[in-house]
Amino acid sequence: MSVIPIRTRQTAAVLGAAALLLAACSGDDDDTDTSDTTESNDGTEEITLTVDVFGEQGFGYDALYEQYMQENPHVTIEERGSGLGVGDYNDRLTQWITAGEGAGDVVALEEGIITQFYAQLDKFVDLNEYGAADLEGNYLPWKWEQGTYEGFALGLGTDVGSLAMCYRRDLFDEAGLPTERDEVSALWPTWDDYTAAGEDFAAAGTDASFLDAASNVYNSILMQEAGNNSGYTYYNTSNELDLDNPDIRTAWDLTVGMIEADLSAGFESFSDEWNAGFASATFATIACPAWMTGVISGAAGDDAAGEWDIADAPGDGGNWGGSFLAVPAESEHPEEAAELAKYLTSPEAHIEAFEQLGNLPSSPQALEDEGVLAATNEYFNDAPIGEIFAAGAADLSPVHLGPQNNAIRTEYENALRAIDQGERTPDEAWEEARNNASGIGGG
Amino acid sequence: MSLQLKEESGSRRATDRSRRRRRSRLTRLDLKFSPYAYVAPFFILFAIFGLYPFLYTVWISLTDESPINPETNFVGVDNFTRLFGDDRFWDAVVNTLGMFVLATLPQLLLALVLANWLNRRLRGIGAFRMAIAMPIVTSTAVVALVFGMFFARDYGLVNGVLDIFGVDAVDWRANRWRSWVAISSMVDWRWTGYNALIYLAAMQAISRDIYEAAEIDGASRGRQFWRITIPLLTPTIIFTVIISTIGGLQLFTEPLMFTSGSGALGGGSTGQFQTITMYLVQTMRTFNQWGYAGAISLVLFLMIVLISAINFLLVRRLGSDR
Repeated sequence: MSVIPIRTRQTAAVLGAAALLLAACSGDDDDTDTSDTTESNDGTEEITLTVDVFGEQGFGYDALYEQYMQENPHVTIEERGSGLGVGDYNDRLTQWITAGEGAGDVVALEEGIITQFYAQLDKFVDLNEYGAADLEGNYLPWKWEQGTYEGFALGLGTDVGSLAMCYRRDLFDEAGLPTERDEVSALWPTWDDYTAAGEDFAAAGTDASFLDAASNVYNSILMQEAGNNSGYTYYNTSNELDLDNPDIRTAWDLTVGMIEADLSAGFESFSDEWNAGFASATFATIACPAWMTGVISGAAGDDAAGEWDIADAPGDGGNWGGSFLAVPAESEHPEEAAELAKYLTSPEAHIEAFEQLGNLPSSPQALEDEGVLAATNEYFNDAPIGEIFAAGAADLSPVHLGPQNNAIRTEYENALRAIDQGERTPDEAWEEARNNASGIGGG
Repeated sequence: MSLQLKEESGSRRATDRSRRRRRSRLTRLDLKFSPYAYVAPFFILFAIFGLYPFLYTVWISLTDESPINPETNFVGVDNFTRLFGDDRFWDAVVNTLGMFVLATLPQLLLALVLANWLNRRLRGIGAFRMAIAMPIVTSTAVVALVFGMFFARDYGLVNGVLDIFGVDAVDWRANRWRSWVAISSMVDWRWTGYNALIYLAAMQAISRDIYEAAEIDGASRGRQFWRITIPLLTPTIIFTVIISTIGGLQLFTEPLMFTSGSGALGGGSTGQFQTITMYLVQTMRTFNQWGYAGAISLVLFLMIVLISAINFLLVRRLGSDR
């Protein structure tokens, strides 16, 4: 028999339920943490380090994790984010970092987003405190410069993009253009020549378009022009919006010329249809930073092995893309995380990632490595990828990307696509992109 | 109890009385405050998850807060004045309302017709009734993915069918009207069955006597539908209109998943199918303008309040008419 009066019991039940709800809502910190700690028998702490990466194939670190865990038995490494697009990843990462909760112990920062975090340095660990300063020589000078801000080592470089032009041999053959990579490179010393080659290709009347998406050419030209001229894209080096940068207009005009010559397949880059376009040979060329080779072989599949090849990009040099590894301040094991970040950005690790996915090292030692220089890619008709991509990487001048670079870049990409779709005239699209960009950059 | 008390000694009676007084005071307190304790959990939760975020939104909309600004400044109503001159926002409003109308009108009409058809005594009608309810249990994301493939430019099913009839391939995502049609068809596919079921339930509540009387008077089936079914269904129709309005103003997943690749929140190359909620999330997550996003969400809130009020007045008017 119960001795508690009914009313008390009811109150208790209600309060109990409320307490449960509150407990459920407040969340248990230990559960949501990305790293957990247990004491092992021999006294060293057993820890789990989470690494956040992005991209269809991740960063190619699996073998490196294995090796690191063997050398450091108390560390378990978990990777998240493989298969995630860089845009979605950046959105998520920004939320995690701002909230100070949820990010991994080591996070990848793409070159377009690292500038955004210069304003949030208190959310990150200064890797100089863990001996990063001694490693400066392990990175190309401009890569090291991009990763640091006023003496604060925010991120250690992983890969750089460099720039080449990938093309389909079978489609070139069908259109009566040369198929050997030296001859193809000779077709287009400049972007105007590239357009002219595209017009020849279009005149041959194959079913395919000459290039995949206006946005990819545009980004490549802009990064190249900016590297050779102003040194920045949409923001000047004091991080003020400068949409009058002539390099933007140069890249825009060249790209519009290609659209008007009807060379573009009109895809949205990285969309499902763009991916399908690789498999069905819908386009013949694509602007090709080193990391794009992994994207192509993944999307085109084994059936297209040997059909793709790599030639030099039109114009002079250029870099598009590349990333860094950083350690958020919220990490419970900053020291171990920093060690892991240093390990994953060591010259040896750069070489391993290059062998896995073709991501071009940002370490001069790795770039001079004989294995890297002699590397060929079977998928791309045994193209000498080491030679093609590594050649210009060391001499590149850095391009400054401002805090909202990626969002503004998307506006220009969209505007070009609207021209491609016939929804806007070039002048309308230019005005619209400018207005939208100043709306983003102004706030 | 009171009978017993009378027989007690004076001192005992006094303590009893004071105890009783205390007890009754407790009872009064209990009566007065217990109800509040009972409803407290809701209000505590509401305060945490409803009121606080709302007040914080009001505050943040008056600042230029952003994760990429080192410091936050009070900017007054700047965000709101900017909003009224922001073409993108008004485009998003037009898109949202346009897709709402384009989706809701055919959807409710079709639902009525379907419900009327299912309201007959046919063999195996149960299976049909269940079949139209199936889309509701499908996840919106899956619907959007599958429809995204249907409306693909190069290898889409819709363009394949059009090709058979000699129509050139259509880029469904490129243009405002075409993308609206494609997205509305997703919404319709998912919700028509749901509305039809609601109409069906309401139709079955209509007495058969009325129809029999009408039949004796020689009314055709069509006449019965327009003169009996529709008028008696009015409250239900109003209900579905309200539900669809709420859903329509919150349209998010379908247009978001209509594009793949990065920048899906932008809703197409010129924002031709970007809804208000998409613009809100884009402003916050992609542009990192939290203050401005706060202003957008407040204006969206006011718009929903306004439209709900109109709905409410309509319903009350209809109620008093009867």
